[in-house]
Amino acid sequence: MQLRATSPQEILLPVKPAFIVLTLATALLVNLFPWTGFWLWAKPDFVALVVLYWCIEQPRKVGFTVAWLLGLMMDVADASLFGQHALAYSILAYAGIVLHRRVLMFTLAAQMLHVILLLLLNDLMVLVIRLLAGSDFPGYQYFIGSFVAGALWPVLSILLKLPQHPTPDPDHV
Amino acid sequence: MEHTPPPFFKTGPTPLARLLLFSLLSLALLIGDARFKYLETLRRIASVVVYPLQRVASAPASIARRAGEFFVTNSALRADNARLSRQDIENAVKLQLLVSLQAENAHLRDLLGARARVDAKYTFAEVLYTARDPFTRKMIIDKGLQNDVLSGQPVIDSSGVIGQVTRVYPWLSEVTLITDKGHSVPVQNVRNGLRAILAGTGNDGVVELRFVPLNADFQNGDKLVTSGIDGVYPPGLPVAEITNVERNSGYPFSRISCRPAGGINRYGQVLIVHMETTIPERPEEESKPVRGKKGKRGS
Repeated sequence: MQLRATSPQEILLPVKPAFIVLTLATALLVNLFPWTGFWLWAKPDFVALVVLYWCIEQPRKVGFTVAWLLGLMMDVADASLFGQHALAYSILAYAGIVLHRRVLMFTLAAQMLHVILLLLLNDLMVLVIRLLAGSDFPGYQYFIGSFVAGALWPVLSILLKLPQHPTPDPDHV
Repeated sequence: MEHTPPPFFKTGPTPLARLLLFSLLSLALLIGDARFKYLETLRRIASVVVYPLQRVASAPASIARRAGEFFVTNSALRADNARLSRQDIENAVKLQLLVSLQAENAHLRDLLGARARVDAKYTFAEVLYTARDPFTRKMIIDKGLQNDVLSGQPVIDSSGVIGQVTRVYPWLSEVTLITDKGHSVPVQNVRNGLRAILAGTGNDGVVELRFVPLNADFQNGDKLVTSGIDGVYPPGLPVAEITNVERNSGYPFSRISCRPAGGINRYGQVLIVHMETTIPERPEEESKPVRGKKGKRGS
């Protein structure tokens, strides 16, 4: 049996905008937890992951504006260059929106590979910006977070689709 | 699954056009921030939006810390109490000495016509989290403009210098740690009074002395304190201890690595130092002025 978030026959309910806002806010919150040491490296960028998820699932509801504004917030919270995350998230949103039909045709495992590549692209953008701004290369552990994020993708897709499953109607035969 | 509407519905600009628009906007912000530092107001506005989340995110850790404090045992408390009262007596002796020494120092300085040392005020702050930016070493503390924190003020903890406030938001501020690659502190060797520049390396737990000649007298275990010649750090605060001195005659300078004295990676309480100094004017420079990045170059 193929691992899919939904069976092909099931028709999902439309997603509530409030739910999208809630997930994005939660992702931002988790990013701001006081992570230390190894976890700081291994921690995936949850905002990037959730933005990518919604851009792939709901490209007409979540797009560039949301990604860009969240990027600005991450820049302020992370004390990084202003606009660095904004640029990276915009490109991530673009990739998600352009590729959303293709990615959704695959099983969750194959989607994972797409997601890892896109998140690595996101990391690479930030890296290029910082190298241009005069920083040093922080070491290859910088990329660990994206692989962890990719591993979380199946869990995330199943979790975030839960509210969209229709409740079975007891009167229906 | 989403299906795009037929082309006769208006869908706005294509994704590529939007990408270009948002990329240009971000690039403008990036250049504005990196080159001209014009965007502090914009940053402050964004920080007001993020602030509640920042507080909520760091709440579990501080609650856990407080809960840990609540469940201390009686014996631990008594041991603490005994240790603290012993320390108190020891400190009291030192303090009495300090008063007489201070008076003597002031008197001697008066005789020599030297500038008086400044008294500093302190603000208590708590570390919220370490910034998740692998390229810099910064942390966020919970005091800001509302508590009269200013950019440039030094931050210390119970064991030494931690860093310097580099950006202030309404309720928070960013502290650049002394391990940050772009940060330097003018220091002095306690043993012999030699001055040097201590710079971060970008690695946690390692700082280095820069531009120290090969024959300069620095040894393993030497304690370094702030020299105070920059007018930013008050003189005499412990900064680091030398762990390794490498002299290679192939290079003009010795490689001296040190361990920071302050708890750079600890979460906890820190002090922000408010110091009002009047720096004497720079002497007129004869040739073309050459400006150092931070601090003063030289031995």
